[in-house]
Amino acid sequence: MRSMLKASVATLTTAAVLAGGAAFAGSHSLSGDLKIFLDTSNPAPRATMEAMIADFQEMHPDLNIETTVIDREAYKTQIRNFLTADAPDVATWYAANRMRPYVEAGLFEDVSDLWQEPEIAENLASTKGALTIDDKQWGVPYTYYQWGVYYRKDIYEELGLSEPSNWDEFKANCQAIVDSGRACFTIGTKFLWTAGGWFDYLNVRTNGFDFHMDMAAGNVEWTDDRVRQTFANWRELIDMGAFVENHQNYSWQEALPFMVNGEAAGYLMGNFAVAPLREAGLTDDQLDFYQFPAINPDVELAEDAPTDTFHIPANASNKDAAREFLRFVVSADVQTEINNGQNLGQLPVNAAASVDDDKFLNEGFAMLSSNSPGGVAQFFDRDFPAEMAAEAMQGFQEFMVFPDNLDDILNRLERVRQRVYQ
Amino acid sequence: MTTTALPDTHADRGGRGWYKRNEIALTPWLFLAPAILFFAVYVIIPIFQSIYISFLDWDGLGEARWVGLENYAELMEDSAFEVSLWNNLKWLVFYLLAIPAGLFIALFLNQTVTGIRIYKSLFFFPFVLSQVVVGLVFSWFYLPNEGILSNIVQFFGGDPLNVLGDPTLATYGIIAAGLWPQTAYCMILYLTGLNAVDPEQVEAARLDGARGWKMLWYVIIPQLKPATFIAFVVTIIGALRSFDLISIMTNGGPFGQTRVLSFYMFEKALSEYGFRMGYGAAIAVVLFLIMLCFIAYFLWSMWKEEKGR
Repeated sequence: MRSMLKASVATLTTAAVLAGGAAFAGSHSLSGDLKIFLDTSNPAPRATMEAMIADFQEMHPDLNIETTVIDREAYKTQIRNFLTADAPDVATWYAANRMRPYVEAGLFEDVSDLWQEPEIAENLASTKGALTIDDKQWGVPYTYYQWGVYYRKDIYEELGLSEPSNWDEFKANCQAIVDSGRACFTIGTKFLWTAGGWFDYLNVRTNGFDFHMDMAAGNVEWTDDRVRQTFANWRELIDMGAFVENHQNYSWQEALPFMVNGEAAGYLMGNFAVAPLREAGLTDDQLDFYQFPAINPDVELAEDAPTDTFHIPANASNKDAAREFLRFVVSADVQTEINNGQNLGQLPVNAAASVDDDKFLNEGFAMLSSNSPGGVAQFFDRDFPAEMAAEAMQGFQEFMVFPDNLDDILNRLERVRQRVYQ
Repeated sequence: MTTTALPDTHADRGGRGWYKRNEIALTPWLFLAPAILFFAVYVIIPIFQSIYISFLDWDGLGEARWVGLENYAELMEDSAFEVSLWNNLKWLVFYLLAIPAGLFIALFLNQTVTGIRIYKSLFFFPFVLSQVVVGLVFSWFYLPNEGILSNIVQFFGGDPLNVLGDPTLATYGIIAAGLWPQTAYCMILYLTGLNAVDPEQVEAARLDGARGWKMLWYVIIPQLKPATFIAFVVTIIGALRSFDLISIMTNGGPFGQTRVLSFYMFEKALSEYGFRMGYGAAIAVVLFLIMLCFIAYFLWSMWKEEKGR
């Protein structure tokens, strides 16, 4: 026992000496410990990340990498604790306002220096805004994905419908689907955020991206007539019976069977819904995608494309290695690899990376790169401050069940706005 | 006796230190010290910390700002807080149904037939289950289309019922789920209590002609008073800490209508979007004050009991 302790102390000392020596040896032979915390707890993303980290380990054999995967939901509450108490060297998180509390508390490292490097500055320019707070960049993106309407092509064909290109067609399609005894859209609002997606699209299409972002910044009253117009458009769908009933009981996964069983014809969702839909037996002939159509023809189309990110906690101990890891993660090859169909099945952020040949990824990539002139938003609960988002999404759920409560809801949200943004 | 007490009068004589002299007074405190220390560090001090935090505007990460009673003023106008408070009250009232229900099951099971132990353990079973399992089972039971409850109602000609999706029914639905294990708990308490009922008193009452309800009310229940007291205590505590069922079954929804104070506190201070430690602490303080009423009552009745002996 005693000798074992001695031996391990000796090893530690050697390691420390080595680490000290390596610091002079240049940036490419990294050593020491690198603690990585991941929230990619689902099986496929987890395997992807572990394989990617193994590659990084191979490049830096002297580095002692320690990976911890935390359940995705639990991670959202644990991050506060580990950033302050026992910080890893690299941690996953989300862009835009979701990182603001940690940036403002000084818990994320300023990585603007990485964004100065030409490799990153040129290829990641599209997401720079989402990672910028106070003119500094606080992390790097590793993946993003499009949102839009995933629909049952076979049902549309059966009813003689085609992808809608404007709001009237959208509603006419929906009416036809409702008349056939189905719901146009499945949704599960138990955990609220799914309703946020609907608000994002309806508001961006009604009032435009800039208005939406202005609202996120707290400059627009919730009782504003333009906001009411968004809800009026939403109400048209609700009154039509567009959404599945009892959606307040279901999570987004529990809402999937409606679409699989053909009780609902579409789903406004992120691209991550494709994998479970395919697993449930829908083929690519049955499943298709369209961009949410324009409502107000005067505003430019804009999309939601939530970006997942890597950050270096301010309390990290091996920031050199962490920076190198971030460079590695955003490099074109790694981006191509981790986002392909076998891995994350999402879109690479690096412009020099290539998109895997998947129907939905191709459509999403084309949409985001050429048909989203208004801009790219993150998502309701990432663009709006946490407190505003929580209260608002609860209001959306209430509105979807009791549309008559709208005035009450908007007045309540307006009071929250006045407090949150003071 | 006198010989051993004698040296005490000559305390200044060598060989007996300060500790020896005060042994009788000190020893209990020494034995209590670990408990007092931990109780202070983990219970008493955090209570005062929470009260202090409730006067702050703090996101748990950055700088805290002193706001005085602002959090409490905001609570007064917060409709979600009001809903949570009412729900807490509903929990307190309806959860107590577990006590009579437990009593009647205990009376029913308090007989000697073959295999009674198996029946008793089957009735006790729900209490052994994790609350999470209970919540899941009941949420399936309540499902709007596929759920058994909705199907039964429809079989008798009613409309499909969506208990957990209906803001007025959802809380009662969750309480009913909570009553299932809680009734089992009260039943066990009463079963042990019934073992201690004095057969001679029952005999005497029977000779005097007491039967049925009168026997129960005037002879059995008074003797079950200690069991009733414990059942009351655990049920009240259970009602006030009803958190897991709500989290599992509705997540506080639909639109926050099934939240109770503890859940609301968690949402405001610690959940995914919760960054208001001060506000959460203010809710916790209100919950603490409510609990304090019950704690005071429990302590008082226990103290009365002690004195009565």
